[in-house]
Amino acid sequence: MRLEKKDVLGLQELSANEITSILDVAEDMRKIVLSDTKKVHYLRGKTVLTLFYENSTRTRVSFELAAKYMSADTVNITSNGSSVEKGETLMDTGMTLDSMGADVVIIRHNMSGAPHHLAKHIKASVINAGDGMHEHPTQALLDLFTMRKHFGKLDGLKVAIIGDVFHSRVARSNIIGLCKMGAVPVVYGPATMMPVEIEKMGAKVTPTLEDAIGNSDVVMGLRVQLERQKKALFPSQAEYAKYFGINPEKLKYAKNNALIMHPGPVNRGVEMTSAIIDGKNSAINEQVTNGVAIRMALLYMLTGKD
Amino acid sequence: MKILIKNGIIVTHREEKRQNILVEDGIITAIDEELDADSEQVIDAKGCYVLPGLVDAHCHLRDPGYEYKEDIKSGTMSAAYGGFTSVACMANTNPVADNKAIIRYIIDKATKEGYVNVFPIGAMTKGQLGEELAEIGEMKEAGIVGVSDDGHSVIKSSVMRKVMQYAKMFDVAVICHSEDSDLAEGGVMNEGALSTMMGLRGISKACEEIMIARDIILSERTQVPVHICHVSTELGVDLIRNAKERGVRVTAETCPHYFTLTESSCEGYNTMAKVNPPLRNEEDVEAVIKGLIDGTVDIIATDHAPHHDDEKNVEFDKAANGIVGFETALALSYTALVLTGKLSMCELVWKLCKGPADILKIDKGELAVGKSADITIFDPSTSYKIDVTKLVSKSKNSPYHGYPVTGKVDTTIVGGKIIVQGGKLADIFLQGK
Repeated sequence: MRLEKKDVLGLQELSANEITSILDVAEDMRKIVLSDTKKVHYLRGKTVLTLFYENSTRTRVSFELAAKYMSADTVNITSNGSSVEKGETLMDTGMTLDSMGADVVIIRHNMSGAPHHLAKHIKASVINAGDGMHEHPTQALLDLFTMRKHFGKLDGLKVAIIGDVFHSRVARSNIIGLCKMGAVPVVYGPATMMPVEIEKMGAKVTPTLEDAIGNSDVVMGLRVQLERQKKALFPSQAEYAKYFGINPEKLKYAKNNALIMHPGPVNRGVEMTSAIIDGKNSAINEQVTNGVAIRMALLYMLTGKD
Repeated sequence: MKILIKNGIIVTHREEKRQNILVEDGIITAIDEELDADSEQVIDAKGCYVLPGLVDAHCHLRDPGYEYKEDIKSGTMSAAYGGFTSVACMANTNPVADNKAIIRYIIDKATKEGYVNVFPIGAMTKGQLGEELAEIGEMKEAGIVGVSDDGHSVIKSSVMRKVMQYAKMFDVAVICHSEDSDLAEGGVMNEGALSTMMGLRGISKACEEIMIARDIILSERTQVPVHICHVSTELGVDLIRNAKERGVRVTAETCPHYFTLTESSCEGYNTMAKVNPPLRNEEDVEAVIKGLIDGTVDIIATDHAPHHDDEKNVEFDKAANGIVGFETALALSYTALVLTGKLSMCELVWKLCKGPADILKIDKGELAVGKSADITIFDPSTSYKIDVTKLVSKSKNSPYHGYPVTGKVDTTIVGGKIIVQGGKLADIFLQGK
């Protein structure tokens, strides 16, 4: 199974069929992640570079391990300590890596559209590991995978996405992916953190938290950047937690076996309480495992050998 | 030098008539149907419109300080190619044009190297920082036609009011870039469904609407006429219409991109469409056109804003704001407004020639005996797709590559001197001055 594309820049550009294929391949890849000897040869001789302009634990390590499990050579570049600090442009950085034989460049950047800009100028495949407020396709794919694994399907699932939707690329990618797969995304959060006309993307904005969580199959929390308090987006952590945080009381509105998800890292006690994060319905750690599987699937489908 | 232009259709803001024009020593000496005379140059304008040289009330020549983007020589050449014979250049140069020395520099350089008439606009405030008044009196003596902090917004209403009061004393046009940059909060495109989907910070239309209202109200209270730059929103147009109905002396301009393009041009993170004010929605385009038709929007200006490739070939957030406009303005305006029957040629000539001249209080924009021979010959017969690689400006930042238009500037005459002929720089320039 191959992706007939050079780059994976967002779920916007993937069809429902392509998404299904990726999830199917990830099923097999997951077995490798959970096995005793995590080594296959699908990417032997290939070079995979991560180029991260923003901090990351999960995504970066996840991509690196995904590549290494498949025998690729990997190099990690962060903007700190690189020539980016000398003012080198993204385009020049990309062309430099291209010239060294990169097969795949995985980029995380704080500006929306940066992966698109990079992909236009380099021959290597570009995978978007998160661009500004725009998309985080591999996160949404692993989220869809997790939901599908738990419920056996995606069609008709009600997924409540709660928190700072305005700044969230995870929310946007999930909304796009869920709509394509026939699920029903709803969103709720502080009005100051809700993007205009988000309904046009296919997500319903509910008037209350209870409406969002009510009868939902999945409750997905979004990380709130605590520095945003300084920009008059919310008054205090305590108020945020009280009105927008998810705790066992609020969760009573959801379906009994509702899945708890979060892209991580979680601000414990703010968007979610520890009881929820560590509770029996939490899929947060599973998401991380599935993330490696999804990233292996993508790398394989872009550039792997049988 | 005597020039006879014959067989063309002379269009002024008053009438459209097949007539011939005679130019002698830089002045129009005769306009008549049967006119004929021995002349060094005879231009056959058959099938063409003969217009007053276009007047641009808003452009950026980037000189001094940003000559890598454009300079007075290349900018005025680009203007001439676009049929503009007079341009008013904004003050956001480096250093800012907030004192007589910079104004004199611009005028001197334009006199020596410029291809068209250049009328500098001075800054409203020192450094365009929006705090202290610039030396408006001294700059008026040095030759400015107006003051503007365009490139920046004057956030403090207390300062804007004082600018109006002070500028009135020196009889210079008060030209307002009406933007609440605080509310814009770092936005890079129009706020709406598309900015949400693209994950880009949006600029609410309120940023423009609020400041247009503020500038109108201050104008009304101080009794000082103001001119509003680059109107792009429906409510902005409505506010100006309402103010005019109340008798407020406000004039307004728009640019071709606000009546031909929408925010959808930004799709794919197309930085060529990144401009301030940003491209808006269909309803705003319609409202701007209605405003042009009913006179609410008095004139069309280019806001020619050149930027180097390196400043546009970057991430959308980082890209510079601006679109080059001299060479595409007339074809775009003709195609979108005249060919569609929305404006007559006479009305277009008001928008691009006489109207801007009136606002700047310069004796331009007219074809009449005794006036300076600033003449543009426009050939409406060819339909083609705009090729931005062929622009003569130093910068090619335009979203119109491949855009279909009708009409080309054939000849541009400034003060009786043929600058552009047959659509390119007259031979005399190519031989070296």
